[in-house]
Amino acid sequence: MGLDPELLRRLLRAKDRMDVASHEEWPVGRLARVSHVSQAHFARSFRDAFGLPPHRYLLTRRLERAKALLRDTELSITDIAFRTGWKSLGTFGRIFRDVTGESPGELRAREKAASHALDRVPACYLIAAHRPDLKIAVSEKRRRDAIGKTKATKKEVP
Amino acid sequence: MSQGVGVVGLYVRDQDEALKFYVEKLGFRVHTDSKNGDYRWLTVQHPDQPSFQLGLYAPGPPTLDAATAQTLREIVAKGAMPPLVLVVDDCRAAYERMRARNVEFTQEPVSRYGSTDASFRDPSGNGWKMIEARKGQS
Repeated sequence: MGLDPELLRRLLRAKDRMDVASHEEWPVGRLARVSHVSQAHFARSFRDAFGLPPHRYLLTRRLERAKALLRDTELSITDIAFRTGWKSLGTFGRIFRDVTGESPGELRAREKAASHALDRVPACYLIAAHRPDLKIAVSEKRRRDAIGKTKATKKEVP
Repeated sequence: MSQGVGVVGLYVRDQDEALKFYVEKLGFRVHTDSKNGDYRWLTVQHPDQPSFQLGLYAPGPPTLDAATAQTLREIVAKGAMPPLVLVVDDCRAAYERMRARNVEFTQEPVSRYGSTDASFRDPSGNGWKMIEARKGQS
């Protein structure tokens, strides 16, 4: 189904506004005014244009931002909830879990563990981890690679 | 340099409108504006970049059938075309200058990762990121 490009351009304006200020409240009336369409028309048109209703789009942007703040800052979870537009910590936590499958605290702990694990590895070992796996002579490897291109690879004998 | 990318084009909803935008608001120059029947080959250039042309094309006949052209106009208006990057010396100064000319900014200048960037759209919906060139890098 085709939509009027001129209408789409105005709907895009509402989407841009949510992108840049996802922590603000975006009731349909406000969005409809940005797009110069009636409230009744707005939600339906937005969904037709962008594939999801405006309130759900806003939710995805808020969660995306919350995830980034959990990962990249030391802000408290309460602080992050309010900064990303939630009025209650409980609602934030519940929706976050419903959508991502883990709580904000779990996500933060997992991200931290992942990065710290690498931080704590002494540099020489970290470099060693990237060492190429060369258990055989280069010439031998080259020969096997060449054979491998024509035959099915054989299981390597240690 | 004699080899490399010479022209990259955008789809725009109206070539006259796009021409005014890129020339009067962004400071580009017209490189080629040539009409042949319904077809108009229109390219503009950044004044500092003579080896590159930005094409401003209207999707439509004779190169595209009406249905395809309509789809492309919808995609452009939804802001779904690939991102574009404009590099400037001073992002905040460029922002002030362009805002005074009513360019539609979608993000004010923000400083992060050691640089400053802002976002704007052309009248058709094409999205640009405007990034300040890092000192000592070009």
